[in-house]
Amino acid sequence: MSLPNQADQGITFDTFMEGVWRQNPVFVMMLGMCPTLAVTVSAVNALSMGVATLFVLVSSSLLISLIRNLVPKEVRIATFIVIIATFVTLTDYLIQAVSLTLYEALGAFIQLIVVNCIILGRAEAHASKNPPLKAVINALGMGTGFTIGLFALGATREIFGAGKLFGMTLFGDQFQPWVVMVLPPGGFFVLAAWLLLFSLLRSKSATEGGHAHD
Amino acid sequence: MSMELRTSPHLVSDRSVERIMKHVVLALLPVCTFSVWQYGLSALALLIVVTTTCLATERFLNRAAKQASTLNDWSATITGLLLALTLPPAFPLWMGAVAGFVAIAIGKALFGGLGHNVFNPALIGRAFVQASFPVAITTWAPPFAVHRFSEFIPSTLTLPFMIPNDNAAWIAAATVDGFTGATPLARWKYEHFVYPVQDMLTGAASASSGETSAILLLLCGLYLAARKFMDWRIPVAVIGSAVLVAWAFRLYGGEAFPPIHLVVLSGGLVLGALFMATDMATSPVTPLGVWIYGAVIGVVTVMIRYFGGLTEGVMYAILLGNALTPLIDKYTQPRVFGTRQQRKS
Repeated sequence: MSLPNQADQGITFDTFMEGVWRQNPVFVMMLGMCPTLAVTVSAVNALSMGVATLFVLVSSSLLISLIRNLVPKEVRIATFIVIIATFVTLTDYLIQAVSLTLYEALGAFIQLIVVNCIILGRAEAHASKNPPLKAVINALGMGTGFTIGLFALGATREIFGAGKLFGMTLFGDQFQPWVVMVLPPGGFFVLAAWLLLFSLLRSKSATEGGHAHD
Repeated sequence: MSMELRTSPHLVSDRSVERIMKHVVLALLPVCTFSVWQYGLSALALLIVVTTTCLATERFLNRAAKQASTLNDWSATITGLLLALTLPPAFPLWMGAVAGFVAIAIGKALFGGLGHNVFNPALIGRAFVQASFPVAITTWAPPFAVHRFSEFIPSTLTLPFMIPNDNAAWIAAATVDGFTGATPLARWKYEHFVYPVQDMLTGAASASSGETSAILLLLCGLYLAARKFMDWRIPVAVIGSAVLVAWAFRLYGGEAFPPIHLVVLSGGLVLGALFMATDMATSPVTPLGVWIYGAVIGVVTVMIRYFGGLTEGVMYAILLGNALTPLIDKYTQPRVFGTRQQRKS
C-alpha cells in the first residue's frame, strides 16, 4: 500500500483478493454499514443487495476507468456520482421488473447504493487511476467481499431469527426463533460477532507470519 | 528505636468491593429462598442455572483475556441471582442460560469488567431475552402450586433452542381455582382488575420469581441500607417519585388510572429500586445527582406502564437512568471546598 504509484503495478492475484480478504469492505474497512445492517434480515435479501452493489461497482468502475483521462480533476466527484447514479437507476428498474417482492423488501436501500462509500471510494482511489481491466478485477473483488459480508450477516440472522435459510426450515417447527436477531439490535450483535471472528482470524494469520501484509 | 514511615492514607476503611458484594448476596438470599418456597423446583433450577452460567461466562472470559479470575469479587454471583429473580419462574432453563451469558459477556466483560460497565448487567441480560423471546418472558406460573416441590413446571425443562412446552395441563392440575396467568399489572391494563393489597405484599400474586413479596424485599433492602452497603436515597427517590406521579394521575385522571398500591407493589418496582438502580457502578455519585437519577427512573417507569405498549417498565427505566448517569454526574458536581463558582463571562 505504500508504493508511490499504483498505476505502475501489474495485475496480480491480490488485485482481486484485496477486496475479499485484506480490505474487505464489511469486516475490515467497515464501509457501507447502512445497507449492511438494514437489509440483512434474511439471506436472500442480503445476497441480492450484495449482487446489486457488485453490479453497480463493476460497471461504474469500468466506465470511470475508461474516461479517467478525460475528466478534469475539479469535477471528478460530480462525474463519478452521475455515472454511479445511472447504474443504480438501471439496477433499481431491473430489480423492480424481476421481483417486486424483493424490491419491496430492499426498499430505499437500492436507491441508496448511490451513496455507498465503497463505490465512490473505489472510483476515487482505484478506478480513476488504473487501466480498465485492473479496475474491473479490483471492483469484482470488492463487490465479492461485500456480498460475502452481507451474506454472512444475513444467513446468521435468518438462521437465528427464523430458523430458516433461504426460506427453508432448518430445525423443524419446534425451533424457538430469536426475535431480536431480525430487529435492528440483532444486526449490531451479529456484525460485532463477525468482526470479532475476522479480527481473531487475521491476528492469528499475522502472528503465524503467513500473510503478514502491511 | 525504629520508626516506620508511612504515606497517606492512614485510615483504611474495611469496606472493600468483596465485602459489599458479599452482603448484597446475603441480603438476596431470603428473597431467593422465598421464591423457591413459592415456585418450587422450577425457581430453584432457574436460580442455579442462571447463576452458574454467569460464573462460567465470567471465568471463561477471564481466561480468554488472560486476566486473573474475578469470580471471588462476588459481582457475577449477584448478577446471576438478580437476573434469575427478574425472570418468570416457568422460564425455560436454556433461555435463562442465554440471558446469563449475555448479561456477563455483553453487559459487563465487553465494557471492561466490573466498574466499567455502563448498564446494569442483569438488566442487559433480561432486555436481550425480552427482545428475543417475548412470549416466554410473559408466560407466568401460579404461586404455591400443589406439586411445586415434586415436579418441574413443564416449560422449565424445554430442550435447548425449542419452543417452550405448554403449561396449561400442569396449571390446571396444580391450582384449585381458575388461574388467569397474568400479573397484577397486566390484569389492570387489560381487565381493570384491582389486586388486593395484602396479596401483593405477601407474594400471592403471580409475577417474576423475585418480585412478589414487597415486604420481604423492603426488609432485605433495609438491612443493606442500615449497614450502609447501599445508598438509601436511590430507592426512596425511585419509589417516591413513582408514588407522586401515580397519585397525581389518580387525583386528576380518576378511575382511568390504577390505584397507587398497584403501581408501587407490583412488577418489580421494589426489586429494581432496591437492588438494581442502586448498583454502584451504574448510578450517579453526587448527592443531588442521586435524587435526579432516582426520580427519572420512577417517573419513566410510571409513564411506560400508563402510556406504553408494555405492562412493565422498570427494566427500561433503570437502563435509561444508567445511560443518563454520566450526564447527571457531570452537571451536579458540587463546589469544591474553598473554591468559588466560576462566573460565566
